[in-house]
Amino acid sequence: MALDFSIIPGIMPALLAGAKMTIELAVISVAIGFVIGSLVGIARVSQNRALRVIAGIYVDFIRGTPLLVQLFLVYFGLPTLIGRPVPPFIAAISAMGINSGAYVAEIVRAGIQSIDRGQTEAARSLGLTSSQTMQYIIFPQAFRRIIPPLGNEFIAMLKDSSLVSVIALEDLLRKGQVVITRTFRPFEVYTVVALIYLVMTFVISKLVSWSERKLKAVGQID
Amino acid sequence: MIKTVGLRKSFGHNEVLHGIDATINPHEVVVVVGPSGSGKSTFLRCLNLLEKPTAGEIYFDGQLITAPGVNVNEIRREMGMVFQSFNLFPHLTVLDNIALAPKIVRHVSKDEAEETARDLLRKVGIADKESAYPQELSGGQQQRVAIARALAMKPMAMLFDEPTSALDPEMIGEVLDVMKALAVEGMTMVVVSHEMGFAREVADRVLFMDAGLIVEEGPPAQVLGDPKNPRTKAFLGKVL
Repeated sequence: MALDFSIIPGIMPALLAGAKMTIELAVISVAIGFVIGSLVGIARVSQNRALRVIAGIYVDFIRGTPLLVQLFLVYFGLPTLIGRPVPPFIAAISAMGINSGAYVAEIVRAGIQSIDRGQTEAARSLGLTSSQTMQYIIFPQAFRRIIPPLGNEFIAMLKDSSLVSVIALEDLLRKGQVVITRTFRPFEVYTVVALIYLVMTFVISKLVSWSERKLKAVGQID
Repeated sequence: MIKTVGLRKSFGHNEVLHGIDATINPHEVVVVVGPSGSGKSTFLRCLNLLEKPTAGEIYFDGQLITAPGVNVNEIRREMGMVFQSFNLFPHLTVLDNIALAPKIVRHVSKDEAEETARDLLRKVGIADKESAYPQELSGGQQQRVAIARALAMKPMAMLFDEPTSALDPEMIGEVLDVMKALAVEGMTMVVVSHEMGFAREVADRVLFMDAGLIVEEGPPAQVLGDPKNPRTKAFLGKVL
């Protein structure tokens, strides 16, 4: 069977709709992940031992288990516990957000620990409390350093979001599968699907390096 | 103003301060000298509890600040600290470096904090640099900003931890000049320094530390000019 790329124009609307869903999922998940990850990352370097331990367990559990299993836990497992179904979109962003949170937490922790101890000493000797020091001095500086790894995390999440196709969410990959049942052209369709993922990750990686340069310009020692 | 009684500090099994009894009177400039590793920086850092003493007592303005339950943040805002490596906040402009702590710790209004910051920048001679970032300044300028930042909290005393040791020789003078002006105004100052000229000229008293103890103390003319202790003599013989 010869390749037939003439089908592409006809399938693009469906695939682009899927790509939009994929981007939505990744953006919302990483946003949730960033909030969780910032708090957990700060907890990881806290002086409070209990906080450190709890945060460590969360990070180890999430990073040590597959995202697909976590997704099934939320989508198939949780309903039996709470007695009602979890909508696929909610299940997807919950599982992905909680997953991303663990990876972001490690990024945030490394970012915080990369800031010179003298910064903390200077802030504390001015009378700032430890949480004020974190809020005004350490975190803003760490944030600049974690933008590149955070961008990588976003790219990883964008690709991993293809897993949600198994819970019938109409993301890019799922749309591709649907289109194939109509066109019987798996090679062509999956090639286009792969290329759309590639374009998205490429654009994001360019955006990340641009914002990196931008932030460097605004007063940053390195 | 500051008094330590039997102050000891260990890092692990290594005791670096073996019981320091020192008094710093109001408006007094005390310069702490001694060989490196003698514990003088640790002593200074204990005074505002950046290092937690292992034993002994520290009184500040009549209050026992080593007592349990003391709010260290309230103590520290009354003691300005200047570091060897400046430790300015690289993500903030010079003006914000100075105005930040008064705003969030003392709840001074933004306008008032910035006005004070500008006054202090004039005082340390770099009024034109308020919107620069620290890394755009020379070392001497950065250290003067650091002094202004500490002064903005209107502290009762200032602690200087080798403030000129990281500076190129041609910049040392401008920082010492600011410190001299401060001394003339009557600021209580504890200065760890290798600048014997500064000690001789500005200090009311010199403490000579060696191996975690104060070995000799007195007016600079006596300690630096006519030391009694053999270890002071040996040290001064090397640095002078």
